[in-house]
Amino acid sequence: MSEYRLEMRGVVKTFPGVKALDHAQLRLRPGTVHALMGENGAGKSTLMKCMFGIYHMDEGEIYYEGEKIKILNPLDALHKGIAMVHQELQPIPERSIGENIYVGRYPVKSYGPIKTIDHKKMYEDAARVLKEVHLDFDPKAKLGTLSVSQMQLVEIAKAVSADCKVLILDEPTSSLTAAEVEALFTIVNELRSKGVAIVYISHKMDEILRISDEVTIMRDGQYIGTWAAKDLDIDTIITKMVGRELTNLYPERHNVPGDVVFEVEDFTSINPKSFRNVSFNVRKGEILGVAGLVGAQRTELMEGLFGLRCHSKGHIRYAGKELTINQPADAIKKGIAMLTEDRRATGILGVLSIADNVSIASLNKYLVGGIMLDDKKIEKLVQDNVAKLSIKTPSSKTLIQSLSGGNQQKVLISRWLANDPDVFILDEPTRGIDVGAKYEIYCIIEELARQGKSIIMISSEMGELIGMSDRIMVMCDGRVTGFIDGDKANQENIMELATQFE
Amino acid sequence: MVQAQVKGSPITSKSVKNFLSNNAIIILIVLLALVVGISTDNFFSVNNFRNLVVNVSPRFIIACGVSGCLITKGTDLSAGRMVGLSACLSAMLLQSVDYSARMLPWLPDIPVIGGLIIVLLICAIFGAISGCVIAFLKVPPFIATLGMQTIVYGLCSVITNNQPMGGYKQSYTNVANGSFFVIPYLALIALAVGIFMWFLYNKTRHGKYMYAIGGNESAAQVAGVNVSATLIRIYVLAAVMYALGGFLLGAKAGGASTATGFGYELEAIAACTIGGVSTNGGVGRVSGVLVGVLVFETLKICLQFLGVDPAYTFIVQGLVIIVAVALDLRKYLAKK
Repeated sequence: MSEYRLEMRGVVKTFPGVKALDHAQLRLRPGTVHALMGENGAGKSTLMKCMFGIYHMDEGEIYYEGEKIKILNPLDALHKGIAMVHQELQPIPERSIGENIYVGRYPVKSYGPIKTIDHKKMYEDAARVLKEVHLDFDPKAKLGTLSVSQMQLVEIAKAVSADCKVLILDEPTSSLTAAEVEALFTIVNELRSKGVAIVYISHKMDEILRISDEVTIMRDGQYIGTWAAKDLDIDTIITKMVGRELTNLYPERHNVPGDVVFEVEDFTSINPKSFRNVSFNVRKGEILGVAGLVGAQRTELMEGLFGLRCHSKGHIRYAGKELTINQPADAIKKGIAMLTEDRRATGILGVLSIADNVSIASLNKYLVGGIMLDDKKIEKLVQDNVAKLSIKTPSSKTLIQSLSGGNQQKVLISRWLANDPDVFILDEPTRGIDVGAKYEIYCIIEELARQGKSIIMISSEMGELIGMSDRIMVMCDGRVTGFIDGDKANQENIMELATQFE
Repeated sequence: MVQAQVKGSPITSKSVKNFLSNNAIIILIVLLALVVGISTDNFFSVNNFRNLVVNVSPRFIIACGVSGCLITKGTDLSAGRMVGLSACLSAMLLQSVDYSARMLPWLPDIPVIGGLIIVLLICAIFGAISGCVIAFLKVPPFIATLGMQTIVYGLCSVITNNQPMGGYKQSYTNVANGSFFVIPYLALIALAVGIFMWFLYNKTRHGKYMYAIGGNESAAQVAGVNVSATLIRIYVLAAVMYALGGFLLGAKAGGASTATGFGYELEAIAACTIGGVSTNGGVGRVSGVLVGVLVFETLKICLQFLGVDPAYTFIVQGLVIIVAVALDLRKYLAKK
C-alpha cells in the first residue's frame, strides 16, 4: 500500500512547437485537497488532461495506489475512479439533468438480447446524487433551465456520481457566486472526509489557502515543488509561480480625472430581467470600475451601450452630444471601443494574422483612392503597436491563435487604439492572463487614462477593481446600487452593494 | 552528434508526412497524370493542353464564386443550377435572328454584351435573395442554397419548356471558340476574373471582412464589420460568377438545356477544398482555387484517357470530394 492515492512521475507532453510538460510530477494523498498552481500556460490543465486520458503522455508514468497503470481515455479514467470537472463546461442544455449526469454511461436493462436505457433507475440515481451534493433540482428538468453556476454544480454532481477516488476540479469557482462557492466547499470537505483525493485548480489565492492541504506549483511545464498549504502565503506562491519577485501588483496611477464627458441616463434593456434604469457618467481620464456578482448584468449593460444588445429607452451622451447606437459599427464611429469578456468567442479572429486582427476595425482609415488598402500603412500601424505594447510575436504575419492570452489581449487593445477611441470599455481585461502579463495590461490601462480616455472596466477580481479604479460602480441584478470612491473601496462595502437584491 | 541525429530525423519525417497528407490529393492526381501521360499517346499534346485550358476556365470562374461562400463558413449548392439558368437565359437572348426554332421569336437582335449584362443582373437578383435569406433570416447557407437550387431549376424548366436550345449567333459562340493569337478568349476572361478576385480578397475591405467573418463571425461583428452586408455582397458576387460561367459554357457548347450545369456546385466546392479553401472558414486563396480546378480537371481528363465509363467518373469525383474535405478537416483536428 502506497502512501499516495495517485502519483504522476516524469510526465512529458509535446505539442507542435511547444513542450507543454517537461518532467512534471504530482503526488496525491487520499483524503486531501491538493491545489495545483501556476500561471496560464504553466501546464496545469495539460497535466490533468493526461491524468484523465484526454491526452496521451509522450513520457512518464502514472501509479494508482502504488501500482503502475495506463489510462487510455476518459471513460477508462472514470472506470479507474478518476473524475474531472472541466474548466469549460460541456453541457447538453436541451436534455434533462439526469441524462446530463449519466450521459455515456446510462444504466441499462435487458429484454433478452435487446438492451434499453433504464430511465427509472437513472432518475432515481440522479436524484440521490443531487441530494448528496445538496442540490434541490428535479432530475427530469432540462439542464438549460439552470443558470451557468447551477450547471457547474451539476457537473460536480456528475463527478460525484462516478463514485470517484480522485476528483479533478479545474477552476470550479470561476462562475460561482460567493454563496455557491461556500456550497461547493461544503461538498469538497465532505468528499475529503470520505477519503477522496481532490486536485483543485484555481487562480483565486484566498480560496486555495482556505481549502487546500497541499500545494504543488508548476512553471513553464516544469515541477517547481510541493508544500503544505499552511506554510505558504500569497506572496510566496506568486513568487514561486512567476519565478521572480513581483513588487507591485498594480502600477502607480498618475491619471487625473477631468470633466464629465460620457453620460448614460436611464438606460434600460428590452429584456425586463436585464439592466434597467442605469445612469452613470465617466470623466475624461477616469477609470471607472464596475463591480457585481455573476448575473448582475454588467456585461449585458456594456454590450447594450456598444450596440450588441437592444435597449428600450435611455440616452448616451459624449461631451453633451446625444449618441444613437444600434450596432457596434455606430458605437465605433462615435469613438467607443469595447474589449469583450470572452476573447476567444468574440475577440480574436483565430485563423487570421496579427496584422489582420489589428487593422480590422480601422480599415476605412487605410484606403487609397477609396478602394484599395494601403498595406504599407497597415504594416506600420501593426509594427508601431507591436513595439508600443511590447507584443511578443515573431512577425505581423503570425496567426493570433498561436500567441499567449496576454499577447492576444494586447493585439485586441491595439485594434481599438487604431481607432483612437474616447471611451474604452474593458470587460474583464485580465481574465485568463498570467500574473506577469496582467501588470503590463494594467500599465496600458493607466497610460490610456493618462492620455485622457475614459475607461470603464468590468472586473470580477476585487483586488483589480480596488487597485485600478478611480471610482467603482456596483451593480446588482440589473440595477446600479451605488458608487464608491477608489480610495475608500474595500471588499466589504463593495459586497454590501453587490448583494442588494430587491 | 548521435542525439542530434535522432532528434533531427523524426522532425523531418514528420514534416514530410504532414506535407504529403496535406497535399495528398494533388500529389496523387499529378502522379496519375504522369502515369497516364507516359502510358498513352497524345496526353502531353498541345491539343489536350488547350482542351484542359478551355475546360478549366469557366470552372475556375464558378469556383471563384463559391470560394467566398466557403471562406465565410457557408456554401452555395445553387451554383450548378444557376450556371444552367444563365446558360439557358443566354441561349434565349442570343439565338440568331434567322434561326427557325427561336425560343423568343419576337425578340430583336441583342448584342452579345447586352445579353451578358441582362443574364448577370438576373442571376445577381437570385444571389441577393440567397444572401438576404442567409444574412437576415439566419437560415443555414446549406439549406438556403439547397432551396434556391431547386427553385432555380424549376424556373429554368418553366421558361425553357424543357426544350434544349441551339442556333446561337456566331458572335456569341465566338466568345468561347475564338483566340487572341494562341490564347483562347476563355482563358483571358478567366485570367481577368482571377486577377479581380485576388485584388478583391487581398486588397480591399470587402476581402478583409470576408476573412474576418469566416474566422469568427461574432468577433467580426464586435469589430464593427457589417456582417449582413458583406454576406449579401458575397452571395451576389458568387451568383454573378456562376452567370458568367454559364454564359461561357453555353457559348462553348453551342447549346443549352435545363441539364446544363448539373453537379457543377460540387465540382466547384471540391476544387476549392483541394486548393486549400477550408470548410472551417477564414482560410483560402485564389491561387489555391486555380490549383484545385486544374487538378480536378486533370483527373477527369485522365479518366477519359483511361477509357473509364463516364458513370464511374461520377463515383470517383464523389470520393475525391469527400476525401478532400476529410483531409482538410484533419488539419484542424490534429491541432487539438
